[in-house]
Amino acid sequence: MNALEIKNVTKRFGRIVANNNINLTVNSGEILAILGENGSGKTTLMNMISGIYHPDAGEIFVNEKPVVINSPKDAFALGIGMIHQHFKLVDVFTATENIVLGIEDKKRLNMKAASKAVLEISGKYGFEIAPQKKIYQMSVSEKQTVEIIKVLYRGADILILDEPTAVLTPQETQKLFAVLRNMKEDGKSIIIITHKLNEVMSISDKVAVLRKGEYIGTVNTAETNESELTEMMVGKKISLNIDRTDPHDQKERLVISGLDLYNKNGIKVLDDISFAACSGEILGIAGIAGSGQRELLESIAGLRHISGGEIIYNDPKTEETVSLKDMSPMKIRELGVRLSFVPEDRLGMGLVGNMDIIDNMMLRSYRKGKSIFLNRKPPRELADTVIRDLEVVTPSPQTPVRKLSGGNVQKVLVGREISAAPTVLMAAYPVRGLDINSSYTIYNLLNKQKENGAAVIFVGEDLDVLIELCDRILVVNSGKITGILDARNTTKEEIGLLMTKTGGADNEEE
Amino acid sequence: MNVATLLIIIRRAILMGTPLLFGAIGEIITEKSGNLNLGIPGIMYIGAISGAVGGFVYKSSVVYVDPFLAVFIPMMCTILGSLIVSLIYCFLTITLRANQNVTGLAITTFGIGCGNLFGGSIIKIIKSNVPFFAVGDIAKEYNKPFPFVEYLPEKTPELIKILLSYGFMVYLALALAIITTLIIKKTRIGLNLRAVGENPATADAAGINVSMYKYVATCVGGVIAGLGGLYYILGNSNGIWANGAFGDKGWLAIAIVIFATWKPVYAILGSYFFGALCILYNYLDNIPITFIPLLKMLPYVATILVLIIVSLRKKRENQPPASLGLSYFREER
Repeated sequence: MNALEIKNVTKRFGRIVANNNINLTVNSGEILAILGENGSGKTTLMNMISGIYHPDAGEIFVNEKPVVINSPKDAFALGIGMIHQHFKLVDVFTATENIVLGIEDKKRLNMKAASKAVLEISGKYGFEIAPQKKIYQMSVSEKQTVEIIKVLYRGADILILDEPTAVLTPQETQKLFAVLRNMKEDGKSIIIITHKLNEVMSISDKVAVLRKGEYIGTVNTAETNESELTEMMVGKKISLNIDRTDPHDQKERLVISGLDLYNKNGIKVLDDISFAACSGEILGIAGIAGSGQRELLESIAGLRHISGGEIIYNDPKTEETVSLKDMSPMKIRELGVRLSFVPEDRLGMGLVGNMDIIDNMMLRSYRKGKSIFLNRKPPRELADTVIRDLEVVTPSPQTPVRKLSGGNVQKVLVGREISAAPTVLMAAYPVRGLDINSSYTIYNLLNKQKENGAAVIFVGEDLDVLIELCDRILVVNSGKITGILDARNTTKEEIGLLMTKTGGADNEEE
Repeated sequence: MNVATLLIIIRRAILMGTPLLFGAIGEIITEKSGNLNLGIPGIMYIGAISGAVGGFVYKSSVVYVDPFLAVFIPMMCTILGSLIVSLIYCFLTITLRANQNVTGLAITTFGIGCGNLFGGSIIKIIKSNVPFFAVGDIAKEYNKPFPFVEYLPEKTPELIKILLSYGFMVYLALALAIITTLIIKKTRIGLNLRAVGENPATADAAGINVSMYKYVATCVGGVIAGLGGLYYILGNSNGIWANGAFGDKGWLAIAIVIFATWKPVYAILGSYFFGALCILYNYLDNIPITFIPLLKMLPYVATILVLIIVSLRKKRENQPPASLGLSYFREER
């Protein structure tokens, strides 16, 4: 029987189509994997099933009856439970308290009975849980267990897991999969969102592939292989016509060797990263979101304390080699290593939303002044140049940056970093959310920097762009380098495989 | 210092500590919902003047003071007065999501000004020669011990006699402290309330009405704190209102909340301790008169010490609710 069926569902956000005509079915006792790159609309689709968004068109059937899901509560009532990537748990509560939170029940709250029920559920499916343990004392995998039991405790029959393995170690992933198989045996329907191909192959019965909001198709896992899935996921090559010049005058500008970094939870986020960025070329970094791209750039910029390895900078002015490892971010900036990072919320890093364009330009130059008063003239000129050259749409240079549209905010940020004539320019997601024309403005700016002899490091999401814009592409996967490719002689499939395979060998190709 | 003085100090400390206890319980309930209500001193002030005015109007309009009405009318006035101010605070911070600190401080300033306006007006109306007005008949009802206390055997120890000598509100405060603790710890309402204060987004996702919990907790908390103001006038001060007499003692209630690590039962000890510090200077012998201002500083010095000591404790369970002072806005994800 079809536990859940989605027919021709479409969801738009303004002019952007997040999901277009999606069809899915999942039976009871079946695991369906949903595969797609970042921004392919997986999470939007799942949010519609769990009642967070409402579809603009199309129908949803639960147990072959048409349903309307307006809120997470409706979804619960239909037996649909979603396990989000970001856990919704109260830190100072015990596991049991979190699990029973919000359940309306006439009876008195009885924590002992609830703990017993929790243990019963965990025994049934093979979880390991301590009902009295506080959330803040738990590991990520334990927290995830609490989230899953929370959903099961409410009687869910259809479970949606949004990238459940992204935060788990391989051993924990194996444990989770064992539990999921037990649930499948018990007749539950499970939808698992992921972009790790080997996991898709090992856990799922069927795979549905999405690409840029479009439904590509569903295949039975037993009848497919990784390369077919990769092709479905990344699609055919599209020509973009970016003017790419040949790299010239190449010298190793930044040499990174054996870089290790742990995050604040003690998890290794960068593992033995070694590469060189050369002047006069664009080095692309490809990888699934959260594979360590941000951490890598921040380590170079001096914003994080690396635990091992070396970052060597060859200064073109003095011909000296310096280690950036223990330098302050300020010193690194002065050497000409510039980071322009466009985070998800755009204003998160580098710009102050409430200040105008001129003041934001001044954030980089105010220390240079000699008198106690600020010299506002150079930043004002710079602001005018950036607005003119990058065609920033703004009422005036005095407009607070937060009032500009996202694309224009990015132009201000990238424009300011480029203006300092950097020797190393790191740009992470500089075209995120931009329309085609603005994107090309940014690409041309990066190309110009390359021609001027800067070493450009470009972290991008769109593989087509990476292949057309960059000279070399470095692929990272779970904090490791899985390959450094020549962008002129590579394919999206090759990059896609390197991005998604696990346990990959280091530096296969150079 | 002899035993007799010690007993007097205990008696006065509890009298002084009880308004603080009401205030602290009210603030704990409020803060558990994630609202940092710095308007509590103002709300206590409003509670005090509402009750005093209610009592004054009632006393002036009848010849014979009915014991029940003498208790009932001021209390209803207090509840109403503090409820209205709490609702203003709720509307500003929860519905309009105004900054809680600024709103709270404004409420405190407003409450004290409002109290002094009404208090001053009554003092003028009755053409008093002294800067206060009294509702002694009303206060008498508030300070009447339970009837059985009269029939205690002669041999009852002095301490027990003192502990049983108060009006009903002292015991009401104790009962509230215990009941509140039980509700917060043991019931579904308490669990939901704590979730709202710790992580409103999670509570919201679990189907809990976050705004409703914040409104109810803040209003109930405000009303309880208001009763503290009422007791200060009618219990501790024997029905004498003087402008500014209650002063800034409302802030002590907020310090006690931190001292008690958001647990109402611990607030009992904290309140009586701070109550003792407030009155100690009256009962120390051989203290040069110049030292008295220094002794009056004691509760405030203790507050600073408490804040320092509490910040040194790192245990997660003793921390304030995680989203204390933050407005919750669902779409901000």
